[in-house]
Amino acid sequence: MLRLEKLVKTYKTGDQALKAVDLNVPEGQVMALIGPSGAGNSTLIRCINRLVEPTSGKVYLSNVELTGLSTGALRRERRRMGMIFQEYALIERLTVMENVLSGRLGYVGFWRSFLRKFPQSDIDEAFRLLDRVGLAHMADKRADELSGGQRQRVGICRALIQDPALLLVDEPTASLDPKTSRQIMRLICELCKERGLAAIINIHDVALAQMFVQRVIGLRFGAVEFDGLPEGLTPDVLTTIYGEEDWEATIEKVDDESAVA
Amino acid sequence: MSDIQSRIGTPWKKPPFVQRAWLRWALLLGFVCYLIAAYLTIDVNWTRVYVGLERGKQFILAFTSPDFTSRSGDIWEGMLESIIMTIASSVVGIAISIPIALGAARNIAPLPVYLLCRSIIAISRALQEIIVAILLVAIFGFGPLAGFLTLSFATIGFLSKLLAEDIESMDRAQAEAIKASGSRWLQWINYGVQPQVMPRLIGLSIYRVDINFRESAILGLVGAGGIGATLNTAFDRYEYDTAAAILLIIILIVMSLEYISGIIRERVQ
Repeated sequence: MLRLEKLVKTYKTGDQALKAVDLNVPEGQVMALIGPSGAGNSTLIRCINRLVEPTSGKVYLSNVELTGLSTGALRRERRRMGMIFQEYALIERLTVMENVLSGRLGYVGFWRSFLRKFPQSDIDEAFRLLDRVGLAHMADKRADELSGGQRQRVGICRALIQDPALLLVDEPTASLDPKTSRQIMRLICELCKERGLAAIINIHDVALAQMFVQRVIGLRFGAVEFDGLPEGLTPDVLTTIYGEEDWEATIEKVDDESAVA
Repeated sequence: MSDIQSRIGTPWKKPPFVQRAWLRWALLLGFVCYLIAAYLTIDVNWTRVYVGLERGKQFILAFTSPDFTSRSGDIWEGMLESIIMTIASSVVGIAISIPIALGAARNIAPLPVYLLCRSIIAISRALQEIIVAILLVAIFGFGPLAGFLTLSFATIGFLSKLLAEDIESMDRAQAEAIKASGSRWLQWINYGVQPQVMPRLIGLSIYRVDINFRESAILGLVGAGGIGATLNTAFDRYEYDTAAAILLIIILIVMSLEYISGIIRERVQ
């Protein structure tokens, strides 16, 4: 469904963030992207929807090649890629409802969005999504009145209302407490399953990733170092990705966690 | 170790800014000489001061008996003209400022647009209001039209610059999130940028209304209409009581604008 071919990103400073990354994500697969800070995780996610322009290589989203698209065509393709951000990136001074509806901007004209006159179907869907994440009663609150976990739920609704085929998730649990982190990860994975979405989740918490995803990609210096099942993340593998460290405490027993949950 | 023993019990003084003692004293002596020499060059005509003190006294005493009535028609007319000038120039100036501010923010405008908008701002800021007013009075003749155009022009330099700086320091992640949804450029500005800079825009606009009103009182001195013209006439006729009345009204209006802006800024946080 998503295919990256020899994707390269070299920043103006000369830093090579991605070195010819090849990747294939089938329909409905939830995939974690791990690797040390600066290994190119964020860059990889942003090169897919071209918030960062890749230097060379190709990105195919269900057979549409994205890197060569004009601005208008890119806008239409971006609607099919929902994005969830680190630190939520909600518009703080707008209401929860406006934040969720902003996910529909790619579908409605300027005046409708300017006057906040979204189609009834969009409003209904927004309420359904907010209800699904347990925030329907918060619709008219301003986004900056919410707690971290609540904000990220709103962020998830904003991504899902786009009706995407793919979720790009950039460190969704950074700055959340461990319990909320798990709830958010569980919610994302549940929603992906419900809707048959593929997802790429950039995450630093290896144990959390192992708990929820079906496949893990390990990046190191902008190249894929590991590609396999979460169970395959042995101390040796983690050492090749991150460098020497005592990994025994990091790798959780998956059975214990599901019992707690 | 032995060093610390010798330090204990001795006082500590901040090291002097100028290390060499002779240079330190020479600088001090030079400064005193300059002060004396400068004082000696002040040429005061004391008889003129004596006459002037009397006028100054009259002027200040006039505030105890301001005359609102004998020229009330002129005052009312001038004040109305000033207020209309203020409102019209603020509305027009702010409306033009917003697109220029968007163009002058490096994080959303491409380089050529940025340079163009920055040069407009630089020109507007470089030319002082009085100079612009003299030029526009020469072109459009005496009256409030010249004043209105001057103030609109000055508003652009002020508001665009400060608003552009606020846009440049906005949170990138919020704007990025809107862009990622596939929004058009205008939608992106409306959802991703505008909410972030709105409090600043409102605060600056109210402040600019305040400045425009005060400036409108000055511009009358060069013939650009408004209450300044009335004030100038009152001074020319040595009618200090009428001038005092005008100044009191200006102070009152500026104070109430200050009060209103305080309330509004509190509300929009």
